[in-house]
Amino acid sequence: MIYALLAQLVQMTVILALSPLLTGLVRKVKARLQRRRGASLIQPYRDLLRLFGKETLVAENASWLFRAAPYFIFAASWVAAALIPTYAANLMFSWSGDLIAITALLGSARFALALAGMDIGTSFGGIGSSREMMISSLAEPAMLMIVFTVALVAGSTQLSTIAEFMLNGTVGLRVSLAMGLVALLIVAIAENGRIPVDNPATHLELTMVHEAMVLEYSGHHLALIELAASLKLMLYLSMIACVFSPMGMASGPGVPLNDAIGFGAWLVKMTIGGIGLAVAETAVAKMRVFRVPNFLGAALMLGLLGVLLLFVSRGM
Amino acid sequence: MPVALTVPGLLVLALVGAAAARLAVTRIVVYGGSLVFCAGLLAAGVNALTAPVAHLVLPIGLPWIGLQLRVDALAGFFLALIGLGGAGASLFALGYARHEHHPERVLPFYPAFLAGMALVVIADDAFSFLFAWELMSLTSWALVLAHHKEAGNTGAGFVYLIMATFSGMALLLAFGLLAGPQGAYAFDAMRAHPPTTAIAATVLVVTLIGAGSKAGLVPLHVWLPQAHPAAPSHVSALMSGVMTKVAIYGFIRIVFDLLGPTEWWSGTVVLALGGATAVLGVLHAVMERDLKRLLAYSTVENIGIVFIGLGLALAFRANGFTAGAALALTAALFHALNHTLFKSLLFFGAGAVLDATGQRDMETLGGLIHRMPRTAVAVLVGCAAIAALPPLNGFASEWLTFQAVLLHPDLPQWGLKLMIPVDGAALALAAALAASCFVRAYGICFLGRPRSQAAAQAREADFWSVAAMAGFAGLCLLTGVFPGAVIDTLAPVVQTLTTARMPVQLSNTWLTIAPVAASRSSYNGLLVFGFIAVSMILTLLAVSRLSTRGVRRAPPWDCGFPDPTPLSQYSAGSFAQPIRRVFATVLFRAKDTVTMPPPGDSRPATITHHITDPVWDGVYAPLGRAVLWIAEKANVLQFLTIRRYLGFVFGALVVLLMALTIWQ
Repeated sequence: MIYALLAQLVQMTVILALSPLLTGLVRKVKARLQRRRGASLIQPYRDLLRLFGKETLVAENASWLFRAAPYFIFAASWVAAALIPTYAANLMFSWSGDLIAITALLGSARFALALAGMDIGTSFGGIGSSREMMISSLAEPAMLMIVFTVALVAGSTQLSTIAEFMLNGTVGLRVSLAMGLVALLIVAIAENGRIPVDNPATHLELTMVHEAMVLEYSGHHLALIELAASLKLMLYLSMIACVFSPMGMASGPGVPLNDAIGFGAWLVKMTIGGIGLAVAETAVAKMRVFRVPNFLGAALMLGLLGVLLLFVSRGM
Repeated sequence: MPVALTVPGLLVLALVGAAAARLAVTRIVVYGGSLVFCAGLLAAGVNALTAPVAHLVLPIGLPWIGLQLRVDALAGFFLALIGLGGAGASLFALGYARHEHHPERVLPFYPAFLAGMALVVIADDAFSFLFAWELMSLTSWALVLAHHKEAGNTGAGFVYLIMATFSGMALLLAFGLLAGPQGAYAFDAMRAHPPTTAIAATVLVVTLIGAGSKAGLVPLHVWLPQAHPAAPSHVSALMSGVMTKVAIYGFIRIVFDLLGPTEWWSGTVVLALGGATAVLGVLHAVMERDLKRLLAYSTVENIGIVFIGLGLALAFRANGFTAGAALALTAALFHALNHTLFKSLLFFGAGAVLDATGQRDMETLGGLIHRMPRTAVAVLVGCAAIAALPPLNGFASEWLTFQAVLLHPDLPQWGLKLMIPVDGAALALAAALAASCFVRAYGICFLGRPRSQAAAQAREADFWSVAAMAGFAGLCLLTGVFPGAVIDTLAPVVQTLTTARMPVQLSNTWLTIAPVAASRSSYNGLLVFGFIAVSMILTLLAVSRLSTRGVRRAPPWDCGFPDPTPLSQYSAGSFAQPIRRVFATVLFRAKDTVTMPPPGDSRPATITHHITDPVWDGVYAPLGRAVLWIAEKANVLQFLTIRRYLGFVFGALVVLLMALTIWQ
């Protein structure tokens, strides 16, 4: 009982503590690929500390919603991230939300962020919220179709059960899962506002989506939102790792050696994922906003096709 | 059966309302009385869920069967819904209706409307069912025309009247077929003699038309977004939140109860209609700029979600998967309850906004969170609930529907194998678009800066209105956090209709809900809510320690170019532009026309959005033209001589006799 609770707490703290490092890694690798030296790996921590130390400016006509939203966004993202099995499946509270609930929790965070973007009544906030909701109205159904695909293969929407099912090796190669993986990569890119959907480094007014929504935030509000964004990136990479390559993951906390192996494997997977993301971002150019629906529509169709295949034949 | 007494009680209130509508005390008596009776309905309904079936025959109505009344678990659940929605609307109206200019057009019909809905649910023979159904239709029609001088309302009333007549006729036909040639109009007799396959198929289709047009199924929904917003807001709440549920009751009563076992294809038909309704409804809603009409279109969407659940239940039941049918039906009924809660709440909010600003057009609102803080909080809860966000109730029921979609990929029929995943995608799309729709609705109306003088000078709603909204917001949270309690309460209803029930949920650890088994899927609203709350508090504490310097108010940054005019904000039209461009260019033939005067010309540039409704243009407009054309041709018959009329009579007689001869 104590160990189980401890394992859950470790999961929550580790995912929170390491997520800025992942962001730092992606930035560093991107810089190296562009033949720059780049900032240090721990620069995101310094940025967060700096933001916490700064005075927080709030626009004159901001309502309570604007000030409460960062806390809610952070809390919802954190809870969603804590529900993803990272180093071990079947953590103490892993059953309190399945994959659909995790998707919806991220939806709650986005709902709050989009509203906060509209609270001040500036044109940039509105542009960000409007585009974010357009993107999410395709990305979220695509994500749910991926969930359906995986759930139909594994017979469960519980991430822990899915991870165990994938671990025991009877899955084999399946067309539907391959489609699901491609779709999930597209959704993960869109949901995290990475190139080619959005550029996390841009402050060019007409191209930004996420940055436009958070334009009015500063100080500790901005720090919380940045941290939530890092958590979301970590969450998606962990989710992909958990579903599609759960190798090394302990099937439940309790055996310290297995936990340690699982932890090491997870770190390796996150590193590979971060480097892969940086390479992919360097290789492609950002799309025009109205090309994004085609990109996400492809993910939605792939997901739906995967589900249809599984309804037609359980072996696909 | 004490619940039967509420109907005459409400009708007496209607008479009181008609007799002395102008007096202020009448308003309090009518709405206060309705509140009491609705609370009674709620209590009786909840009680009937577990109590044995009650039966009552009164010697009025058709002479050979009388007026048959029956309260079983299904009727109990819908009585509770009517009681809940009616109590909320009456509470809201205690304050809201104070500003009604024509109380004599509302007060007599409001209690009669409630009585009609209650009578539909407890009726146990076709005659009293149809009588009550028409009472409900006519009283609500009168309420739609309460403000008949406002532009568009008479048109809405006309379309509603036609559709209501049509719906009543379809149901009449359904009951006629069910009763058979011997005219067994009591529901018990219908249950005892299930119809043949061909007749059952016809009954299903006619019921879908009759109940579906009242509920707002595509393509029979066109009256709904016109009529629901035209009524006073507490009546809009009743029509959207409760009357559509009575229509769903009619569908369930006929198809699940009276019709006996159904074929698998009935599931396919219902699923196809449900999916189309959900997506089309929300697409309309996300582009609508009239706040109340947006809510009405969103009602269409939610009806689609309920029908997806019902279609799944039909499909599973036809294949003998009773546990799956129980899950799908529970999801549908749960969503019906949730929709009553959040749609009533949102219509109350729209009413409060309308009362405070005189505006329904979102382009003239904005910044109301500062002027109406309590309304803003309650409406925010409603918006998040209807957007299916955890830990609120909309998510719990949609989650159950998703679980039902995933339950049986091994159904034997190809039609279902293809239709169920497509409906899953439609449901996912509808949920995501609903989130966009309500970010837009809330963001434009309540956030930002006021877009008109009226919005800048809005006042907070009165005590009763705020109390009704706060109560429903609280219920949205409660049912979201304790979904297991609702599922267990629904179990007797589901048990009678599908001969199975979902596993008992309240005995699960930490009140988790697990539709099949915990290893398959589980969700815990309480823990998710608790975790978010605890994380927020922890973060707040940590930030107050970490962040050394405080918060200061400053002018907005806006990339260095803050524009002082509120018109530079994103508007409802511009917010919907990306979605309009992605989803509506083909389906709705959406077009944006920009006129840009040449340099030197001082006229303003304009942009106009234009969308067409595919259902209206494709079905109703040609139908209307055809009716007019036939009427014009038939008009000639009005100006004939008596000789020719006699000739017609003779001709008709000959045709009739010949038909009779051939028949024999």
